[in-house]
Amino acid sequence: MAEPVKTGTSIEVRGLRKRFGSLEVLKGIDLTVEAGGVVALIGPSGSGKSTLLRCINLLVVPDGGAVSVGTDSFAFGPGTRLPGTKALARFRAGAGMVFQHFNLFPHMSVLANVMEGPLTVQRLPKAEARALAQALLDKVGLADKAEQYPAKLSGGQKQRVAIARALAMRPAVMLFDEVTSALDPELVGEVLAVMKQLAAEGMTMVIVTHEIAFAREVADRVVFMRDGVVVEEGPAKAVIDAPREASTKAFLSHFHRRDEA
Amino acid sequence: MYQWDFSILWSYRWLFVYGLELTVAFTLAIVALGLLAGLVAGLLKLSRFAPLRWLAAAYVEIFRCTPLLVQLVWFYYALPILTGIEISAVAASIMTLSLYGGSFYAEIIRGGIVSIDSGQSEAAAALGMTPAQGMRRIILPQALKRMLPPLMNQSIIQFKNTSLVSVLAVPDLLYQGQVAAHDSYRPLEIYTAIAIAYFIVLFPLTLIVRRGEKRLAASD
Repeated sequence: MAEPVKTGTSIEVRGLRKRFGSLEVLKGIDLTVEAGGVVALIGPSGSGKSTLLRCINLLVVPDGGAVSVGTDSFAFGPGTRLPGTKALARFRAGAGMVFQHFNLFPHMSVLANVMEGPLTVQRLPKAEARALAQALLDKVGLADKAEQYPAKLSGGQKQRVAIARALAMRPAVMLFDEVTSALDPELVGEVLAVMKQLAAEGMTMVIVTHEIAFAREVADRVVFMRDGVVVEEGPAKAVIDAPREASTKAFLSHFHRRDEA
Repeated sequence: MYQWDFSILWSYRWLFVYGLELTVAFTLAIVALGLLAGLVAGLLKLSRFAPLRWLAAAYVEIFRCTPLLVQLVWFYYALPILTGIEISAVAASIMTLSLYGGSFYAEIIRGGIVSIDSGQSEAAAALGMTPAQGMRRIILPQALKRMLPPLMNQSIIQFKNTSLVSVLAVPDLLYQGQVAAHDSYRPLEIYTAIAIAYFIVLFPLTLIVRRGEKRLAASD
């Protein structure tokens, strides 16, 4: 099924700060994602890219700065009130998130996993939620697994179910947090194919990834982060093929070496 | 050598039946109320607000770290003097045993909830669920499966603990047995029969718990 292209929907992050104890993980991040845009966040471990992604749907509540997704926006810092649980939940419903370790609900069938958001959060009638879930499982190529439980699926299949589960909320944007890092190499392709299809349909996406070749091919823009700051950003091919900053070059050279080996 | 004579038990059969009925009814009541107290205290121990956590911790530790017999006597004799509210022996017994059981259930329930991977509540939150919805739809159904065997174990202990209410003259199985023993001058036969009665009720339950534990181990 075709996802409607939501014009005007975008992500806007301004001056985002986050500290865990004495460790400052995000040191004033600015990030803009145009409607229908695909941004890849790359960088070494501990650079803050996963925390940035989790701040976009407020799974991690920032200490300072502002986040807006579509028409919803929140500001953080001294003098601002933290959003209540209801407001947080409503905000998060507008951003789909896919996790490195799938986090499927093991006590529910694949179909029930995909139906859960629409049923519990949007209070959709059961028949409607079921039809939606079946259509989405079909879209990710798992219509025949609807009655299975997650434990019976391969990693690649689990991740495709997780994508369908997030899409079932009809989110304005999709956030992918190293979604292929926990997969066996031969299962990475099937997940990337689904993401590529989503990008082609015009879904606004932010992808934290170590798949540099995939980022180059699918993303419009690449953002390279290190030590909690954005070091370099620009059109995907330009940044990956011809990085300007020394630390970007050093990071990417590691991948080129590994590809040649 | 002592001459056993179990035939005397027959004339006291109704005392045993009444006593066992009361013991079973008591157990059902204190397990249900105890689970309620345990669920509330277990969830409070996970609260974001520190004073609520302290309150729950104080409740759990006070009831876990004092003898049940002392609690029973205290609630029956001391509480009315302090508050001026008279309560019956049955009410005092139910209240004490429920609160005592609840302190153990609370730890089991809290432990079951925290044993669920944090990715599950994150996934629920990312879908747009409130913490309460995530707890009800995602966390508790999974945690309950893990809690069930220890909850059953604790309930079996509660069944045996009901024998203590006989000190407040609540006519449970043990109290009725004491009546029969004084009446018949046959305490050996009577107390042996009482022990067997408890065993007959509890042994099948322990088998069910063990099977449940095995099935749980297989499904994980």
